[in-house]
Order: sequence, then C-alpha cells, then structure tokens
Amino acid sequence: MPLVRGGKIQNDDYVHLADDAAPPESGAVLVSAVRFLADPESLLQRRQKVGVIWPNNRDIEDLLPYVERLALIALVFPSFRDGRAYSQARLLRERYFFHGELRATGQVLRDQFVFMLRAGFDAFDVRKQADAEAYTQTVKRYSVFYQPTGDGRVAAPFRRLQLRHSESAGL
Amino acid sequence: MYAYDEIDRTLINERVSEFRDQVKRRLTGELTEDEFKMLRLQNGVYLQLHAYMFRVAIPYGTLSSKQLRRLAHVARRYDRGYGHFTTRQNIQFNWIKLAELPDALADLAEVSIHAMQTSGNNTRNVTSDQWAGVVPGEVEDPRIWSEVLRQYTTLHPEFSFLPRKFKFAITAHPHDRAAIKIHDIGLRLHKNEQGETGFEVMVGGGLGRTPFIAKTIRPFVHGRDLLSYVEAIMRVYNRYGRRDNIYKARIKILVHELGIEKFGAEVEEEWQQIRDGSLRLDDETIEDIRSRFSYPTYEKLPHMPEELRKAAHDPLFERWRRNAVFPHKATGYSIVTISLKPVGGPPGDATADQMDALADLADKYSFGEIRVGHEQNLALPHVARRDLPELWKALDAIGLATPNVNLVSDIIACPGLDYCSLANARSIPIAQELTRRFANHDTASLIGRLHINISGCINACGHHHVGHIGILGVEKNGEEFYQITIGGRADEKAELGVLIGPAVPYGEVADVIEDIVEAYLALRAAPDELFVDTVKRLGVEPFRERVYATR
Repeated sequence: MPLVRGGKIQNDDYVHLADDAAPPESGAVLVSAVRFLADPESLLQRRQKVGVIWPNNRDIEDLLPYVERLALIALVFPSFRDGRAYSQARLLRERYFFHGELRATGQVLRDQFVFMLRAGFDAFDVRKQADAEAYTQTVKRYSVFYQPTGDGRVAAPFRRLQLRHSESAGL
Repeated sequence: MYAYDEIDRTLINERVSEFRDQVKRRLTGELTEDEFKMLRLQNGVYLQLHAYMFRVAIPYGTLSSKQLRRLAHVARRYDRGYGHFTTRQNIQFNWIKLAELPDALADLAEVSIHAMQTSGNNTRNVTSDQWAGVVPGEVEDPRIWSEVLRQYTTLHPEFSFLPRKFKFAITAHPHDRAAIKIHDIGLRLHKNEQGETGFEVMVGGGLGRTPFIAKTIRPFVHGRDLLSYVEAIMRVYNRYGRRDNIYKARIKILVHELGIEKFGAEVEEEWQQIRDGSLRLDDETIEDIRSRFSYPTYEKLPHMPEELRKAAHDPLFERWRRNAVFPHKATGYSIVTISLKPVGGPPGDATADQMDALADLADKYSFGEIRVGHEQNLALPHVARRDLPELWKALDAIGLATPNVNLVSDIIACPGLDYCSLANARSIPIAQELTRRFANHDTASLIGRLHINISGCINACGHHHVGHIGILGVEKNGEEFYQITIGGRADEKAELGVLIGPAVPYGEVADVIEDIVEAYLALRAAPDELFVDTVKRLGVEPFRERVYATR
C-alpha cells in the first residue's frame, strides 16, 4: 500500500511490529494498541520513533499519558463508511495538541482525502496506487469550506467577515 | 429567499466537478459499485427498482420561480416529465440516467440548487416550517438558522460518515408544521426571559422500525451556541452510536439505550469543551446570513378587497378559499396551499408543465416565491387577497386547485413498491383508491381534518406512525398486507399511532378506512371534535370493535 505523506508518495520508515515480534535494534516501529499498552514505557524509552495503531472503537483519551512522546498515531478506517476516526483525529489535534504524524489507515480512498486533511490527518496509507497518484489533484477539489476545524483553512463565516471588513476599509 | 454568495456558489460548483469525476470513474470501472454506492448516496442517487433515482434538496422548503423552472427542466430533459415532492422538502426524479446526472447537477447548480447529502449516512437536508417568515405569531424567521445549519452540515469533515442518516428540523411557531419531534435533532426556536433567541433542543426522534418521539435534551440553548451544541451531540453520536446493526444505528437508539439523562450528560461534557471555541456564532456572522435573505415589500392592502367580496358568490371559489387559503402576517395577503393530491393521482407528484405554470403564477402573484411542505404540498407564500379569485382560476386550469388540504384525501405516501427497492407493498394505488372513495368534497368537509399517511415498508418514509390514520404495507406469504394504526400525529403534540387490529389484505384497505371514518362520525362528541381528538378521548377499542366486528 502506498504511503502518502507531505503530499508525496514515500517509503514507510516505520517497521510494523507484530505483537509477538521482538523490536529491531534500530529504526522506527509501529505497534498495535494492545502491544503498546502492555508495556508503553519500554517502547517509549527507545531512542527511535514509536508509533501506535489505535482502533476506532477505543477512547482516544486512553492514549493521553503518552501523546507527547508518540511520533505517530495511526487511526483506522475498517471501512471508509465507518467515520469514527474523524472524531478521534480532531480530538487529538485540536484538544490534545498531538503534533506528530497522524496517519489514516484501512480503507483509505481518494474521495475521503479532503475530509481527512480537514480532520487533521497528514499521512495516508492509501489502498489503491491510482488514488495515491491522484492525491495532489484530489486535495485541490475544494477551495472553500463551511466549517472551522483545526487544520488552519479559513472557513466561510470568517472569510465572509474578512471580505466585508476589507470592503468597508476600501481595500 | 437566501441568495448564494461567491463562497456558496464555488462550493456547489466544486461539488459538481467532484461528482462528475466520481461518475466517470464508476463508468470506467475504476470504482467498484460498493465504493461508488456511498459516493452516489452522498449526492442523492439511489438505485431503485427500475432505474436510478435522484433526490434534490429544497432547503427549508423555499424555492424561487427560477429554481422551480429549473426543476421542471430537469424533469423534462433528464426524466419523464414529472417530479415527486417528498416528506422532507426534497424532490425526487425516478428515471434518471447515471451518465447524465452530472449535467443535471450542473444545470441545478446554476440556480443554487444541489443534491448534497440528500441520502447516505450523513446530515440530511435541513427542513423547516413551509410558512416560515410569513405566518402570524412566529417568534422569528427560522430559515436564517436553517441556513446557518445547512452550511454547517454541508460536507462536514467529521460527520460525513455517521453510523446512520441524521435529520434536522426547525420551527419557530407554536404550531409545529415541521414535525420536529420525529427528527434526530428537532429545534424549537423561542426566546428566553431576557428576550434572547435560542432553541429548545430535542433529540432522538424518528420513525422507521423503532419509532420514537424526540426528547428534550436542553430547554434553552442560546443562538450563539447552536453550532457548538449541535457539534457536541453529533460527536457523541459519531463516537458511540451503534454500527453493528443498521437497524439500531440511529441516534434514537443511542439515546434510548443510554437514557436521555446520561446521553445529555455526555453531550454537556463535550459541549463545555467547545462552546467558547470557533463555532461560537457572533452577531455579525448571523447578520451576515440574515442580510442574504430578501423579503418582499408588501403593499398596504385591505383585508377584504372588492374582488374577494364579489368572488364569494361563487361556491366553488369559496370552497377552495376556505380550504386552501391561510392567514398571512401582512394585512391584505394570504398564504395559499397548493394541493398535490388530485383525486386518483399519486400524492406529491407534479408535472414539468405544472411546475413551469406555477413558477409563472408565483412571479405574477407571490413575489416569485414557492414553498414546499412536508405534507407533500406546495404553497405560494405572499398572495395579495385581491388576486385570490384570479389565482384560483389559473390554478384550477392546471389541476392545482383541489380543495382537499388537511382533509382525508390529502394523503402522505411514499413511492412504495411501484418504484422503491425496499418496499414490501404498494402505497400509491392505496392512496389513489382512498382519494376516489373520499372524492366528495362535502363528505370530506364533514369529516374535517384527518391525515392519512401510508408507507410501503417499515422504513416509514410515508410517516405512517404519525398519521391520524397510519397505513403500513407488509408482506405475508408473498402477499401485500397492511397494518393500520390510529391516533398518531406529527405536530407539537406528536404521538405514535396505535395498532387497531390484525393486518388486512390489499383489497380491503379502503373498506377498513371507510369503516374507521364512519365509526369516528358516529363516536365524535361534536362536529368540531377532530378525528385524532376522538381517538385520544376514547382510545382504540371502540374503533377496533366497529371495524373488526364484521371481519
């Protein structure tokens, strides 16, 4: 599955570690929530980056004690129709100030890229090669947004006020 | 009318381009049907029995004449020359071709109409009182807030893949014409003691397999907090709503399983985190939306003009006027309801020619504005009373002056087995037969207000649970049977109907309804006691006895 990060298809620098596999000597690792929670400290003490795959039916709040030390949180879309991870993503970014990589995994398709970006995702395990290649075009589909989220894009209400104020200022 | 600004226009045009690309990928096989299904549903496209069905939103039931003409154009150019108005202020076209859909959408976008989120597991078209802004006694125009919500819910980045569909309705009048208590979120606009605008928020209403009347979660949410409060509800639902069983996935089940107190506490906790954040609406933002609504400049006209006095001698005119003309907040003006329930016709259908003609009449007599109500009728919201006689003649000429508004033949019905792939039984022919049985206007007037609602399956698109008489089609050993309930209502006193007895076969439905109506006429305490009040007073039993005694 191609990984899109920073707008480009990239190699995944994380090693996906099975629950019973020994961690490699070096390199970034990505582990399941079960494995992570069994012994978070020993993983976090590694010098290398640690990421966790967090299921969408478990409160994201359980991860709060570790958020600052995690380099990557991967949220799961078992089907693209299951939208729980959008809420988890926004909470992580907007309420719990997670600044690491927020990766969408599972059935990640191009028609959800814009929603995912707006919810705070910045990396995508894309299911189909063609979708990954279409990333740059697809995320330009929309230039206006009605809702304010934490992604920094200017939402319609604020933009309208800006427009009005600049008009009244004669600009 | 709300006038789109550049942002609104850009957004729907971008949505049309996106959908065009999605259709193209489906037609080339790049998208599987499973992947495409949700994408097309999010734009109102269902695959029905015979063809694709296309559902277009008419937010809060307001249309301009230009928009109505464009709907007529879509009916004519891409469909078979007619459209079907639904119970949620949408219009459906039943014979659309997938390859032509993007063009139909582009045509609609030119007049600020879209089909975004008219189906799928997302927030649906925001509905409201079809008399908003014109009815006397309204707190304020609920469409301002409906538009705020329309924008907020459109392509929401967090709530576009909810456990199940999600419907909002708003009213600002003591008499609820928007059926807010059978919506996922029902909003009753009112003022607090300080005179500030806010909402009683109700949650968890809905019909379908497990019907519930919405419960009040908060008696007053200030207008400035509307979006943050709604977001809190939606977030709790998105996180915790059931996804294991689509029949238990609506918010009503979550509210029911947690109980309204616990659900309310969850929402409260979430809301406290976000209420002062970026969703807080300042006065300037509200005013900005309000300023994009235009209102007619009414003339100073007499309440009883000469034209009306003269026409009163015509009994046919009088019959229509008494039935279809309603008070307006401006003296000398009326609201005119246009029945889409002709005798023998499918409820809610209008032909392209009727739509065009009505658009012309709206230009001539109603400041170019038309409304769509959840009862599947239309309205002209600003008719000068002096014009009523002329308008009546013109409506009659195009088959839109049936004087049966709110009467027994003003039936709400879903498309049923004639069109719908979910249906177990036919709805339309039942409705047609009933309109023939009760075609005599004097009899219908004698019976008085009586709402019959028909659904062809348990999904309840015809709102059978809240019909004064509800008819639900079921399938028994390969045959169409119908369960009949009485005593339901969808207004401010919303209640679910009670089953009157065993289901009856297709051929007996109209007879049973006639028996129920006869029982009512015999049982009512006075001619002005409505059917639904007689049922309330006496319960189901006396009706059951009379209907089933001979069966």
